[in-house]
Amino acid sequence: MATEVNTPEFRAVPASAPAGPWREFWSSFAENKGAVAGLATIVIVALVAIFADLIAPYSPIAQFRDSFLVPPFWAEGGSTRFLLGTDDVGRDLLSRLIYGARYSLLIGCIVVTLSLAAGILLGLVAGFFRGITEDLIMRAMDIMLALPALLLAIVIVAILGPSLTNAIMAVAIVVLPHYVRLTRAAVISEITKEYVTASRVSGAGLLRLMFSTVLPNCMAPLIVQATLGFSTAILDAAALGFLGLGAQPPTPEWGSMLAKAREFIQSAWWVVTFPGLAILITVLAFNLAGDGLRDALDPKLKR
Amino acid sequence: MTAPLLNAENLTRDYRIGGGMFRASATLRAVAGASFTLSTGRTLAVVGESGCGKSTLARLVTMIEPPTSGRLNIAGTEITEAGAKELKQLRPTVQMVFQNPFASLNPRKKIGTILEEPLRINRRLSAAERREAARDMMAKVGLRPEFYGRYPHMFSGGQRQRIAIARALMLHPRIVVADEPVSALDVSIRAQVLNLLMDLQEEFDLAYLFISHDLSVVRHIADEVMVMYLGRPVEHGPKEVIFNRPHHPYTRVLLASTPAVDPAARSQRISVKGELPSPINPPPGCPFHKRCPFATPHCAAERPELRMVDGRLVACHYAETVGAETVEDEIAG
Repeated sequence: MATEVNTPEFRAVPASAPAGPWREFWSSFAENKGAVAGLATIVIVALVAIFADLIAPYSPIAQFRDSFLVPPFWAEGGSTRFLLGTDDVGRDLLSRLIYGARYSLLIGCIVVTLSLAAGILLGLVAGFFRGITEDLIMRAMDIMLALPALLLAIVIVAILGPSLTNAIMAVAIVVLPHYVRLTRAAVISEITKEYVTASRVSGAGLLRLMFSTVLPNCMAPLIVQATLGFSTAILDAAALGFLGLGAQPPTPEWGSMLAKAREFIQSAWWVVTFPGLAILITVLAFNLAGDGLRDALDPKLKR
Repeated sequence: MTAPLLNAENLTRDYRIGGGMFRASATLRAVAGASFTLSTGRTLAVVGESGCGKSTLARLVTMIEPPTSGRLNIAGTEITEAGAKELKQLRPTVQMVFQNPFASLNPRKKIGTILEEPLRINRRLSAAERREAARDMMAKVGLRPEFYGRYPHMFSGGQRQRIAIARALMLHPRIVVADEPVSALDVSIRAQVLNLLMDLQEEFDLAYLFISHDLSVVRHIADEVMVMYLGRPVEHGPKEVIFNRPHHPYTRVLLASTPAVDPAARSQRISVKGELPSPINPPPGCPFHKRCPFATPHCAAERPELRMVDGRLVACHYAETVGAETVEDEIAG
């Protein structure tokens, strides 16, 4: 009888339970020191954003009329009252940067969520229904990719009107093609595999095939792209803010802070430098973490 | 005699290939008129080289693809005429075991989830009942219960194929299509999996459509053999009859190409000239005539139909001559 089939191959499996997928993932992620540093920075920025109310010494829009353009505390004329100095209307730079972290992370989160969700949906549809549907979707994405990203974002904001929400929408639309193409490519390579056919033979419907069978196997490149897309989103939103098309004053958004401080680049370096550094560090952290994530999730790069 | 479980008549399946913006598309006839029946508890082996239409036949029988023409009757339902609802009800009747156990299990799902998926889709059962059913089936195919929560990458090829077999049986199908189920496995594990398949056939009264190019495997498991060449069956009959006295030159070539230990048997080998012709543009007349050692001009002109010769169906103008030449002990295995 079948129950009596004894096979020596059973012994090939070690007695102890093998390491779970998370553990395995972490051990290969932790090999990349840069990625771990990036992740740590992201965590710190996130904590700063969450606890901005507790950390920030002042309100980001409070003006101190007695102290315009006070330099940071270590420079001549600075004081520990304003650690990173004040801007041209007497607002504490440190407080503005701390609150600005909220906006940058929020922009990143919303942009990535929107474009990832829409991109996955369009990519799955394009990958599953080949032919005319795929052509329509993919050619539309090609057209979007043919335009310079920032230019397209400016056009969209110009149509919708300048505000932080519209800037977020614009950036989400601009980065969409990357997710669609990535999803479609992954779907097409997965869909020919036998486990998809097996699911079909057992009667799985289209939605189950799309979201339960195929999508989880396409997630690795998407997660990486989403992490890297986070930094693009922050950067693009900052650029729109810099052009006066994103967050409007007095919102302490890093990009618009840079723009406002442009005229003091000669006289008060700190007003320009710190928002710029904040953007640089955050974007760099996301890029490092994204690279590490790619190496950890891509089995081809594993030793 | 009761009606067969599966009855295929003149099944064909065409694919349109190519056809870019500036090119005309071509038609590839992957299966060109296959007729066969399958009964409960029996195994029909389909044999042939790569590209002869074996796997397409599997896709037709499992209802993944509709036939281009011909009739396919499964358990009393005519597939070509059935509506979507009838097809959905029929799905559990035919299940499949795939060739590559490393590709046929979803790498992101646990074994338990993989086994329960067919039940989740087709049956209304509680989570506990599904779990119970999955564990029962795991025991039947010789998998330990603690494998339930593990992922496919933790298993060897043989174990994975057991999981794939268990999944195919979860819905208690009546027909199992096995597409080269052991060709991706180590030789040492093949026999175990084959024996498991045979045990399960007995236990669940299954009909197997067993697709293979490995004649030693076919000899082990089949009741009937159908040899295919370029999408057409060229010889079809009981296993013993075909193995002992092949009447089609192509069957002879296949049998002779099985490695033999006995040097005397090896010397009798017939060689085959050339490659498998393109199925997009099959040669006129007998599809095998360009490679056949027995071919005459008549073969190039007229395609031989299947006819009954010496207890089997064979499509060759000179079946009697070929059969007479075959000495029984030539291919003794």
